[in-house]
Amino acid sequence: MTAIEISCAEVWREISNYLGGEISAELRDRMQAHFEVCRHCSAVLDGTRNVVELVGDGRVFPIPEGFSRRLYRKIGPR
Amino acid sequence: MPGEAPQQLDSNEEGLIRRVCNGEAAAFEELVRPYERVVFLTAISVLRNSADAEEVAQEAVLKAFANLPNFRAECKFSTWLVQITYNEARMKLRKDRRHLFDSVDEPQEGEEGDYSPRDFADWRPIASEVLENDQTRQALENAINSLSSMYREIVNLRDIQNLSIKETATVLGIPQSSVKTRLHRARLLLRDALAPGIDGRWSAKQDYRKVRPW
Repeated sequence: MTAIEISCAEVWREISNYLGGEISAELRDRMQAHFEVCRHCSAVLDGTRNVVELVGDGRVFPIPEGFSRRLYRKIGPR
Repeated sequence: MPGEAPQQLDSNEEGLIRRVCNGEAAAFEELVRPYERVVFLTAISVLRNSADAEEVAQEAVLKAFANLPNFRAECKFSTWLVQITYNEARMKLRKDRRHLFDSVDEPQEGEEGDYSPRDFADWRPIASEVLENDQTRQALENAINSLSSMYREIVNLRDIQNLSIKETATVLGIPQSSVKTRLHRARLLLRDALAPGIDGRWSAKQDYRKVRPW
């Protein structure tokens, strides 16, 4: 089996599942081999991983100041 | 919940729920506190407006409080709370838009089709300090707000809140396969929106200019 046996389009389709570890070991190996020889797909992989990292970082989406204090006010005094 | 064997609760939450249901209302805040951020971000992912999101968050918490005795622990408490918030936010969106003949439910066409990335710019690893950069935050917020609601909501639940695929499917009322497909497309759309750099200077005919902050 050669590395290029999986197409770029197939790789793009599975990149999210690849990042989440939600693919078979066989597919993972084929994709890894593809990334080693395909600069485009490697760039897409890195970019998508960066997106997941950026979006998932708690510092990027702060909640408004005082939100916690105001959240329960409709319930009334407890 | 009381009297039943919960399947999805940790013992601490189970105890808190029991206390609230037994009349100790103050325990409710302790129960919800770990999920305050999730509630707000879920609301704003639907409404895209901080004031509206706060209002919906308060309504959702009130509804969760009132309905807690009916919670059957068929899912985690957090999933149940997020589902209430999501439904409240959708209801508000429908109510606010009812005079506009504008459907809240966006077309699903093309969801299953393949998506091809628009550019292949290399993207260096993100430095930690960049995440605290206001410009980065704004670029990311703009990129997420540019997504249609079905992609925005998926990104919020999966990548921001780290809900599992199953939990996300429960909240949105869609199959797990659709969660995967939508998340995948949303991530590639975000990548396309962010890869050219925050000022958008990218041209396929020119060398890539390193204008990104990372």
